Amino acid sequence: MSTIFGDDGAAQGGGRGDALGRWIGRHPIWALIIAVAVIFFVWLVLAPWPTGFEDVLGKKLIFINALFNGITLGGLYFLVATGFTLIFGLMRNVNLAHGSLYLFGGYMGYEAGDLTGSWLFGYVIAFISCAIVGIAMQFLIFRRMEGQDLRQTLVTLGLSIIFSDLMVWVWGGNAIQIDTPEYLEGPIATPIIVAVKSSGESVFLYYPRVRLVIFAAAVVIGIGMWLALNRTRVGVMIRAGVDDRDMLSVLGYRVQLLFVLVFAFGAGLAGMAGIVGGTFQSLSLGEDSHFLLASLVVVIVGGMGSIPGAALGALIIGVSEQIGTVYFQNYSTVLSFLIMVIVLALRPQGLLGRQ
Amino acid sequence: MALLQTAQEGTLGVGTAQRGGDFSQWVSRHAAILLLGLFMLLFPVIANDFFLRQIAGWTMILGMIALSLTFLAGYGGMVSLAQMTVAGLAGYMIAVFGVSSLPKVSLFWPWWAAVPMAIVIAVAFGTLAGALSARTEGIYTIMITLALATSFFYLTLQNWPIFNGFSGFTTIPAPHFFGVDWGAPVPLYYMILFFAALSYAVVLYVSRAPFGLALQGVRDNPRRMEAIGYNVTAHRIAAYAFAAVIAAVGGILLVWQNNQISPFSVGVDVVINLLIIAVVGGLGHPIGPFVGALIYVFLRTFALDALVAVGLDGRRFQTLIGLGFLVIVLFSPDGVVGIWRRLRDRARSSQRTSRR
Repeated sequence: MSTIFGDDGAAQGGGRGDALGRWIGRHPIWALIIAVAVIFFVWLVLAPWPTGFEDVLGKKLIFINALFNGITLGGLYFLVATGFTLIFGLMRNVNLAHGSLYLFGGYMGYEAGDLTGSWLFGYVIAFISCAIVGIAMQFLIFRRMEGQDLRQTLVTLGLSIIFSDLMVWVWGGNAIQIDTPEYLEGPIATPIIVAVKSSGESVFLYYPRVRLVIFAAAVVIGIGMWLALNRTRVGVMIRAGVDDRDMLSVLGYRVQLLFVLVFAFGAGLAGMAGIVGGTFQSLSLGEDSHFLLASLVVVIVGGMGSIPGAALGALIIGVSEQIGTVYFQNYSTVLSFLIMVIVLALRPQGLLGRQ
Repeated sequence: MALLQTAQEGTLGVGTAQRGGDFSQWVSRHAAILLLGLFMLLFPVIANDFFLRQIAGWTMILGMIALSLTFLAGYGGMVSLAQMTVAGLAGYMIAVFGVSSLPKVSLFWPWWAAVPMAIVIAVAFGTLAGALSARTEGIYTIMITLALATSFFYLTLQNWPIFNGFSGFTTIPAPHFFGVDWGAPVPLYYMILFFAALSYAVVLYVSRAPFGLALQGVRDNPRRMEAIGYNVTAHRIAAYAFAAVIAAVGGILLVWQNNQISPFSVGVDVVINLLIIAVVGGLGHPIGPFVGALIYVFLRTFALDALVAVGLDGRRFQTLIGLGFLVIVLFSPDGVVGIWRRLRDRARSSQRTSRR
């Protein structure tokens, strides 16, 4: 029943390539359709567009910008949702205060950056402060009501109300923007042609450096987590705990310690994501529920308790939100909502979740 | 021994009832609710407009919408956070199809056409929400319905052609019929009272009807019900549809009472407050949401002044609500109604021992 661990192939030691090969062998037509779609998509991104395209989709620059914004936003969503899904997978605890942790981390990082002038130091402070809150929540409350899913969820709901009210008290209702550090400021040239001038000269896409760097960091964190889960002793314990908590504790492992550890890590990640969000967008009242919703939808689409699922879901939701904002302004949330509905109707356990 | 004694007392009671007339026994068994009903009927005599509208009206409307949640959670075991959204959608549809200050969106249908339309759309949405979440279980229901509710909030916020975005709709009048202006405080009060009492009675009836009993079976052990031959998913979806009707009526009354609807009527905090109302009141009995709503409305109306009076910041009202909710969840999971029941049982058992 492992849900943290998305792919069966690697679990059975067969490796990813074999699993892909088997899948192609079983579904040749689907594989062909997907391959054609991927090639078309890559061409759409890399090549300059013929005029017919621009009539339908508008300027290529707008499309590419929306796509890049979506992918980098997906990186941010992944950072928030991965802690949520990890906590859910191991403890069956739907932490509805996760959005509050995100916002709290952002504010703490902002304060730390304001004091020391270091953007990176803010991440350390955000991680530590949110991890402490997470440990306190697990240690003081959830440990006392283990196995009572609904009550735990209601408690996190009550906590989220109190947290958000207290944060309004301290930081007020106005939006706070975290400044991008100087070394990450400004755009960076990418090898993607967005238009061709009448003189035949190609125009390349310039994209904010900070967003690309943060996206790369999110990818590194994701791969690191995947490795930690699959290659380390603690990772083995976490996966075993997801499968059968009671058995793990009967075998003499300190499950409570593991829970505290995972809760602290998940909360800390949410806190770090808060700084990313504060740099990309801004921190304000209501952002906690926005990111709680994002985590919920990402986890529902990707598969509850699965980290590869969170990555896939975050990418899909991030891109669909940005594309939606550009092309269907009045209905952009409906797009992610529709994706959620379709996934729920066809695969209630999520794209990479297990029943 | 004690068990046998109570059983004998019970049969004795039935015997006297058959001789002495069913009516008086029925009255004495339902004394509390009959007294409450009488009080509510006569309430406009003693109360001013403020109490009619701001306290009684809000309590009953929020109670109705929370009742639809209580029905799903208490009898069906499905904690749906989408009930406020169903109510809000019905309210929005009243504004879209009926009359509002926004002629470019509103269709200005008469109330007898707009009301059924709004209810049908809201119930269709509520049923869809149910169909989506009924296939998953327990804790997933909260996640999915919360995602639905939040999506709807953001949709109303950013959609201008239908929901008029940030500002929503204003000056939505309550209808005139039978020569009565139902927007005036006293008629509105009686209309709300009628629908609140009706929904309470219907939920009580359904909870004892075969459908309600089957639903409680589904809540307690879906696999066994499946094995007996009940269609578990169909029962769950039907429960959602039924609850959506109550929520939709509550939503329409909400708009008539408030005369406006905006995204902040269906915001995430409102959705969560509704769950708080249901849980604080108690999920075990249909009176629970009304009790919870009364507490909530009282706190919302008077906590600000009370907090200031004891020297605290009045704006920390939400913290107070959250703390109260935490206390209830941690110490009395069946809410205020549960506390009352336990006190009553203790009083009865002590009475019995003192009599002996």
